[in-house]
Amino acid sequence: MTALIQLENITKTFAGVHALTDVDFDLKAGEVHALVGENGAGKSTLMRVLGGEMRANGGRTLIEGEEIRLAGPTDAIRRGISVIHQEMALAPDLSVAENIFLGALPHGINWPRLNERARILIERLGFQISPRAQVADLAVAHQQVVEIAKALSRDVKAIVFDEPTAVLASGDAERLLEIIKGLRAEGVGIVYISHRLDEIYKIADRITVMKDGRRVSTVTPASTPVEELIRMMVGRPLSQLFGDKPDKTVGEEVLRIDDLRLPNGVRGVNFSIHRGEVVGLGGLVGSGRTEVARAIFGADRIASGAMTLNGRPYAPRSPRHAVKQGVGLVPEDRKGQGVVLDMEIRKNATMASTSPITRAGFFKPSAERGVVERLIQSLRIKLGSMNDPVSSLSGGNQQKVVLAKWFNADPDLIILDEPTRGVDVGAKTEIYSLIHRLASEGKAVLVISSEHAELFGLCDRILVMGDGRLRGELKPHEFEEEKLLTLSMNGHRQSSTEARA
Amino acid sequence: MSEETAVINEPQGLGRFNLGKAFRQYGTFIIFVLLLIVAQAQSDAFLTERNIMNVLRQMSGIGVMAIGMLFVILTRGIDLSVGSIAALGSVSAAILIQSYPLPVALVMAVGIGGACGLISGALIAFFRLPAFVITLAMMTAARGFALILSSGQPIMPGPDGQPLQAFGTSFSLGFPNPAILMIGLFALAFIVLNYSRFGRLVKAIGSNEEAVRLSGISVPWYVLSVYVISGALAAIAGILVTSRSGVGSASVGAGNELDVIAAVVIGGASLMGGRGGVINTLIGVMILGVIGNIMNLAGVPGYHQQVYLGVIIVVAVLIQNGSTLFRR
Repeated sequence: MTALIQLENITKTFAGVHALTDVDFDLKAGEVHALVGENGAGKSTLMRVLGGEMRANGGRTLIEGEEIRLAGPTDAIRRGISVIHQEMALAPDLSVAENIFLGALPHGINWPRLNERARILIERLGFQISPRAQVADLAVAHQQVVEIAKALSRDVKAIVFDEPTAVLASGDAERLLEIIKGLRAEGVGIVYISHRLDEIYKIADRITVMKDGRRVSTVTPASTPVEELIRMMVGRPLSQLFGDKPDKTVGEEVLRIDDLRLPNGVRGVNFSIHRGEVVGLGGLVGSGRTEVARAIFGADRIASGAMTLNGRPYAPRSPRHAVKQGVGLVPEDRKGQGVVLDMEIRKNATMASTSPITRAGFFKPSAERGVVERLIQSLRIKLGSMNDPVSSLSGGNQQKVVLAKWFNADPDLIILDEPTRGVDVGAKTEIYSLIHRLASEGKAVLVISSEHAELFGLCDRILVMGDGRLRGELKPHEFEEEKLLTLSMNGHRQSSTEARA
Repeated sequence: MSEETAVINEPQGLGRFNLGKAFRQYGTFIIFVLLLIVAQAQSDAFLTERNIMNVLRQMSGIGVMAIGMLFVILTRGIDLSVGSIAALGSVSAAILIQSYPLPVALVMAVGIGGACGLISGALIAFFRLPAFVITLAMMTAARGFALILSSGQPIMPGPDGQPLQAFGTSFSLGFPNPAILMIGLFALAFIVLNYSRFGRLVKAIGSNEEAVRLSGISVPWYVLSVYVISGALAAIAGILVTSRSGVGSASVGAGNELDVIAAVVIGGASLMGGRGGVINTLIGVMILGVIGNIMNLAGVPGYHQQVYLGVIIVVAVLIQNGSTLFRR
């Protein structure tokens, strides 16, 4: 059987640096072919070549056995190849139907027919989304459904998913995997890029591992245990991923929350967190985790309830107020909220605490350099120069810059929202050890994560939220995926009966 | 852009000569030098001391306003009211001089400009209204105030205004005083933008406001400040005009907001915020001045000049950003 798509000896260089070297890749109709590797391994570059966004310097592209040269993304789409990027390419102010047919809107639009066609496409994916809804109002998971429907509207033969579940919670991710299985059954070829290996083992028929712009190997999940796969990606076994939890002493209480209630329906949140503790905050996206974190950080108002910080009443009016009193936040959207991408690493690292390195509002350059040098060494940030923009760094090192900012500001409580999203396996390990270090330095650490393995590997205990309420707490001997999900979702059923009563 | 391409792109900047980056950094300067060469070839009258001093003096008002505009544009804002606030500064200075001691009168006039900026800035920063619309409203209102105060007539400050006019029309160290004031303010702005906490945060806010806010910084106060600065500097610019002409007038600075924005943009600042520099803005101002001057010397009719100016602005911006347009 001829492969649907065949890439042969693809080579791509940027300014003389090899991003891809002689990479072979093929995709059959009706299979899920996963592509894994650390950030910088060349996965996305390879898919950009396939999607016509970049032209390779060498190699051949064959579609259904016929050699072609893609003129651009539009050409690729015309030939049935759709790439769904992590940052979705939807127009937020347009309706669902308009987005789906954006590239192919007729000159005179028959709205009822267009909406009907959109509805059929979305239902084929097992969803109910109004074609008239504005995309900006949709949840991320539903936006992704719109992206997929957009691809389906164009008689797609192959779809590339570039880290689709990085922005989704577990439940939504499960549904996406079901959609992908459905597409596969219809004979669509799927390329699936992800850092989440558990997903890959659930749906991939074949896995290609890339490292440093080369193809390491193509294997089947059945014949390759996960430890083997990770070794191929990084040359390091899984057990070392989280590192050992260091010995540390749990000290006095830092934050205490009593009966917190937020205007958006989050309620009944009670917990406390002590110096030296790493506490997880788990549950599905939309369960209220991020909202609680934002309330603690003063980014949103609370409706009622009391908080104390270091024994004193604490009612943050703004992030500025929260930072002043010793709270730090590593936000979930690194590029949008964590760093100023175009600004120097040096300036990003000192942003949250400038008073020690300024006099009368002016910087003392040598003092600042000294502070940043120490941070770079201590966090082992890999960079060319501290005066390069943050955008020159890999995802993991960008995240380390955000951490450096808070190491420098030295808060008592630090909240990390999805600290390793979009970060490759190697950098993850280093970030985990930095989180452990924060705790052993006597800080209280609150970690929000949708990756259950991450919570289990990192935390001393896990608070589980569901449907806007704190549903319970898991101790280390209870760290199991089923327990966490049951706690989060059972609460859901309970609360809906309550609402009816 | 995914992380992967970002990593791969990085070595471009190291060691290798990067044409695009060089153009963005030094493009304004290169254009300026080319322009000087053309100017010199065009007319012998150009490189005379008298002519150069003339250009410097003419551009001092635009230059002072461009400093404030740069700060505003760095935060991703815009200030359309500078020309009108200059008129208000000119008129109120001429009136106040008649009843207050000169320094007090001037401080009050600058304060009025700052107050206009405070109103726009507060609406933009705290009520999150669009800068374009708010400063457009201020542009109309401030001009109106200047007309009311002056009853539409030129205002003579009388004998109390003599020292001001003496300042505006004489030279120190061989340069016209207004030009020295402009250069001094540029130097001050350079220090503030590059070495102060304020300057750094203004730039950071333009690049990524949310990241700055979540670092525990009160963004609205910084946004408010840049409009106050812009308003105060616009009033100073208006006073400079009065110091040269000896008259306070509500027609001062009409249409200047566009010249000022053009100067800042020619200086390589991005209207999307976060990118721009003080020295390049000064060069942008001088480019604008020299172009006008060459065309005058070459005898280009006034109406034609406007068309050429439009073309030249586009060319300047193309040269700065061209490398990104033609990439990949």
